[in-house]
Amino acid sequence: MIQTIAFYLFAFMVVAAGILTVTARNPVHSVLWLILAFFNAAGLMVLVGAEFIAMLLVIVYVGAVAVLFLFVVMMLDIDFTELRSGVARHAPFGVLLVLVLLAEIIFATAAWNAGGIDMARSAAPVPAEVPNIEALGTVIYTRYLYIFEAAGLVLLVAMIGAIVLTHRARGGTRPQNVSQQVKRRPEDAVRNINQPVGQGVEL
Amino acid sequence: MSLVQSLALTLPELILTVGAVTLLMVVAFVGDQATKAVSWAAVALLAVASLALLGPAGHGGAAFDGLYRADSFAAFAKLLIYIAAGTTLIVAPDFFARNGNVRGEYPVLILLSAVGMGMMVSAGDLLTLYVGLELQSLAAYVLASFMRRDTRSAEAGLKYFVLGALASGILLYGISLLYGFTGTTAFEGVAAGFADGLSMGEMFGLVFVMAGLAFKISAVPFHMWTPDVYEGAPTPVTAFFASAPKVAAMALMTRVAVEGMGGATDAWRQIVIFAALASTILGGVAAIGQTNIKRLLAYSSINNVGFVLFGLAAGTQEGVAAVMTYLAVYVAMTVGSFICVLQMRDTDGQPVETIASLSGLSRTRPGLAAALAIFMFSLAGIPPLLGFWAKFLVFDALVAVGLWPLAMIGIATSVIGAFYYLKIVKTMYFDDPAPAYAPMESKVEGGLIAISALFVSPLGYLAIPALGAASMAAARALF
Repeated sequence: MIQTIAFYLFAFMVVAAGILTVTARNPVHSVLWLILAFFNAAGLMVLVGAEFIAMLLVIVYVGAVAVLFLFVVMMLDIDFTELRSGVARHAPFGVLLVLVLLAEIIFATAAWNAGGIDMARSAAPVPAEVPNIEALGTVIYTRYLYIFEAAGLVLLVAMIGAIVLTHRARGGTRPQNVSQQVKRRPEDAVRNINQPVGQGVEL
Repeated sequence: MSLVQSLALTLPELILTVGAVTLLMVVAFVGDQATKAVSWAAVALLAVASLALLGPAGHGGAAFDGLYRADSFAAFAKLLIYIAAGTTLIVAPDFFARNGNVRGEYPVLILLSAVGMGMMVSAGDLLTLYVGLELQSLAAYVLASFMRRDTRSAEAGLKYFVLGALASGILLYGISLLYGFTGTTAFEGVAAGFADGLSMGEMFGLVFVMAGLAFKISAVPFHMWTPDVYEGAPTPVTAFFASAPKVAAMALMTRVAVEGMGGATDAWRQIVIFAALASTILGGVAAIGQTNIKRLLAYSSINNVGFVLFGLAAGTQEGVAAVMTYLAVYVAMTVGSFICVLQMRDTDGQPVETIASLSGLSRTRPGLAAALAIFMFSLAGIPPLLGFWAKFLVFDALVAVGLWPLAMIGIATSVIGAFYYLKIVKTMYFDDPAPAYAPMESKVEGGLIAISALFVSPLGYLAIPALGAASMAAARALF
């Protein structure tokens, strides 16, 4: 009973926040509504037992992507009313996209229910009592540790490659020499003089 | 199997990885003047990794729950890869010093590429296969455009990258199909899935995986990138491309075909036979009109890959042993030829790549001409050189399984190939001398040419018992 109530609460909030994201006049409000939608989607994920995806949604989307959006929206001088003016013109395209996505969801669900390609065998379900964070951790950091480390090496090679192919030493720059600065003593730079009255300063 | 035991089996890769990262730090802090020392340190690391193959890493069995195989097949291929990579490391610093492109990252990238190749030949799982292949390829793309101010080198890198990414996509699509239809990425699991007949999806997966791998070994019809990349890349890098990654990809293809798809031999044999025939014919015919020695050697490598594929087409233990022997001889011939090409430079030290400049080499540089002639005769498969023995083994394996019509066609195509190899010998020995090359600067390069020439010369037949036994042991590990 409580799950049902929670589901309808989260689901209603996602849909409402989504609609408000699209219709809000102020773009900053749009992003804030988007964050609310992400949070509620995370709640839905917790309800179906996918707590890892829920955390991912909060950490990655709310924590990083939404903040990035907010920065972009606040820092760039975009005329949103002008952007909005084309809505009527682009509406048929949007509707088409929605129809395609809807059809794909229906097909995917139907195919899953029909069990045509025996997905259950392929997906190798884990025992129910193992939380899925633990299950993913076991797969990535224990079962496929070797591949994971090798993937790290691939990224290292990509980094070395990018530096090799683009880095060049610039001539004519005058960079800060920290050790020279630290080594400098007061005696080298400061001179105490007793200046007699009536004579010019000797520099 | 505990983590420590698994790590012990991957010792060669561990040594190379830790070494490469350490050398990277040295390069980053000392700068490019350390390049020569770093190169020799990298060669030493490859030697140590080869020694590590004597331990459990050479025959310890499966590690990481079957992701990695440490068997004699992998050990044989790794030894070849390390030797080829080490040789191209030794000859590189002088070459880059001559055109002012000395960069300390070269040895590091070669080492990391060697790690990737080790993963490829030891793969027991489609995931290991793919990550290893990407590690090797990514380093190779960078190496191809290593002389970034040279437009040909940059073009080679870009071409290699775009086409390589396409091939990776094809391969990955095949892998995903195999995973979807067999429910596992492990080679044994795929083989078990194939055991009850080949479904349509599995068939598509098999074809895509084979096509992706055929690109990596540059078998026709996936060879288009090879001449351009080989011509544009710096010569030591081309020597590397033509030897180590070819061995790795060929060994990988053999392992996937035999271990992963052993139940569907008839299905992949058609693909392999087509690629072999097309490679030998096109590699022979297209090389005839070439005027650039590096392009010609690129077609020669396509041609040779065709012959190696004939061995795989046999699909038997003898066939796989022939593949391994052929690869060993091929590495010696190819690396030797490319070190000879490295000696082709005018009196200003600038590299010359035209075949015409070889004219009359026998009178200006008789030693170099003799060595190059030995390599060409051997690549053409003319007895009594070792290249003949390798071809003989391949066709012997084909005849043993009753594919003698294929063997006949193969022998006929090797005659086409012989034409252009012999044309080079003719240019060197019977044409009027062209301006002489600059004298050889490095004794090490001379020594490497001499060693590889001796190995493929009739003296190399002394190595046949050992080579044959090692190849047979390697092949036995797969069956």
